Amino acid sequence: MATPLASASRSFDAERVRRDFPILAQHVNGRPLVYLDNAASGQRPLAVLRAVEHYETHTHANVHRGVHALSQAATDAFEGARERARRFINARSSREIVFVRGTTEGINLVAQSFGRSRLGKGDEILISALEHHANIVPWQMLCEQTGCTLKVAPINRRGEVELEPLLGLLTGRTRLVAVAHVSNALGTVVPVERIVQAAHSCGALVLIDGAQAVAHSPIDVRALGCDFYAFSGHKLYGPTGVGVLYGREELLEEMPPWQGGGEMIRTVSFERTTYNELPWKFEAGTPNISGAVGLAAAMDYLESLGLEALAAHERHLLAQATAAIERLPGIEIIGTAAHKAAVLSFTMRGCHPHDLGTILDSQGVAIRTGHHCAMPVMTFFDIPATARASFGCYNTEADVAALVAALEKAREVFG
Amino acid sequence: MDLKDLYRDVILDHNRQPRNFGALTDPDTHAEGHNPLCGDRLTVWLRFDGDRIADIRFEGKGCAISTASASLMTEAVKGKDKAAIRELYDRIHAVLTQPDAAPPDASLGKLAALAGVREFPARVKCATLCWHTLNAALERSADAVSTE
Ligand SMILES: Cc1ncc(COP(=O)(O)O)c(C=O)c1O
Repeated sequence: MATPLASASRSFDAERVRRDFPILAQHVNGRPLVYLDNAASGQRPLAVLRAVEHYETHTHANVHRGVHALSQAATDAFEGARERARRFINARSSREIVFVRGTTEGINLVAQSFGRSRLGKGDEILISALEHHANIVPWQMLCEQTGCTLKVAPINRRGEVELEPLLGLLTGRTRLVAVAHVSNALGTVVPVERIVQAAHSCGALVLIDGAQAVAHSPIDVRALGCDFYAFSGHKLYGPTGVGVLYGREELLEEMPPWQGGGEMIRTVSFERTTYNELPWKFEAGTPNISGAVGLAAAMDYLESLGLEALAAHERHLLAQATAAIERLPGIEIIGTAAHKAAVLSFTMRGCHPHDLGTILDSQGVAIRTGHHCAMPVMTFFDIPATARASFGCYNTEADVAALVAALEKAREVFG
Repeated sequence: MDLKDLYRDVILDHNRQPRNFGALTDPDTHAEGHNPLCGDRLTVWLRFDGDRIADIRFEGKGCAISTASASLMTEAVKGKDKAAIRELYDRIHAVLTQPDAAPPDASLGKLAALAGVREFPARVKCATLCWHTLNAALERSADAVSTE
């Protein structure tokens, strides 16, 4: 297994990729920056920065509202980005691509539009125990509003969502299963294909929180068969404040609008308002146009790198980092699923994650420490927090070495 | 930034062997502190002798800065009355948060070891959690007295 991974990695030139990301050229605390906080947010390549700058410099106006040239150009850019996103996840139609602020807003949209109009007392929503707060709290709010019930499929000590117990919780009352594709706290890749099959055979719909998946492997929503798929632009090297909610057209068509305002209407009178068609029905107000343009550029960029080659490169880095830090005294890796992506969470005996974060930062190594917006995961493992290194397209073996050296430094400080 | 400035020997020592650690039997009051951002949790128990703190203990889970700060605090406030604690708190707060604060003088004693935290803004909350918790315990005891 090691050989094909290693050779795939060699064919991926991360050193060249680094040069596309101007932010990485800086020093932090006197050391070259080693950015290993990609699960929180990725950096932007020049291609994205330039696309946004070009849009702001030459093309900006409001969309869908003017006959003048700029408004038309802005509309073309925005709708072009929608078509780009459709291709990126292989949706059937661009009517299935709703621009939102990010994963969080996408999930809230489904909870409030689909959930509020369709669910009631006796209905059940099933999530897993490794979800990000963004895929827990909107459902809890919905339960309060409608009287439906939230069920949680357990994880095992490796941090895997096991199919058996999950299937046991799927009943005729389950209306929606909402699960992460990849866990941000543990790195676990969740077997979403199998979950979709099982849920559909019970008549339940499936929403996938793809925040941590989209930047690491190709996504095909039709092959997955899911009903909704939400992700954020900033985790795939695009801008903040923009993301996508994919929804199957038949479902979106039947769902009521979520927010009201301009753009989402066809006609308004004080007696009666009719709504715009898909996808604009769900896009009230002026959207994040430059964000969508930047996101489309990020998708171009990622595909130019080759998502399969990128996935192999990151697997190689993850395997290498795992093997190296496991050898350090007192390290415990949190999340040891058989199938993981790009995330390495761990603790070091005698050194709180918060102290680790500070010491690593002093060495120029940026990682995340804390509960990673997944407090139930921390509770499950009975720890207050973890340190988390997460890899992206510009990370190299030298970054892994810097991480290991910084951890050795922490061991030295804390004895 | 110099790590040795933050993780001074006094801090590492009090982190490894926190003083006055563990529940106090027969406390007059106690309070719990929580920093949801990093998950630090802390309980402070107090016993009074009149207006003075006769005994203080703490327990909790946290980073080295929060543990050492709490340990140092318990040593510093034992035997002091509320006014003196208030004054000490104001001084340590200034040392922790004001970039141009005068270097800590000898009267701060071992608490001066926390001065390096100032250079690490993300960690100031770790050092102040125990003091906020102590203040909450003191206020609670004042409330209890006033409602009697
Ligand atoms: C698994 C997962 N879901 C949801 C989110 C929320 O994403 P955003 O904050 O971009 O809406 C994140 C981001 O941290 C995540 O990792």
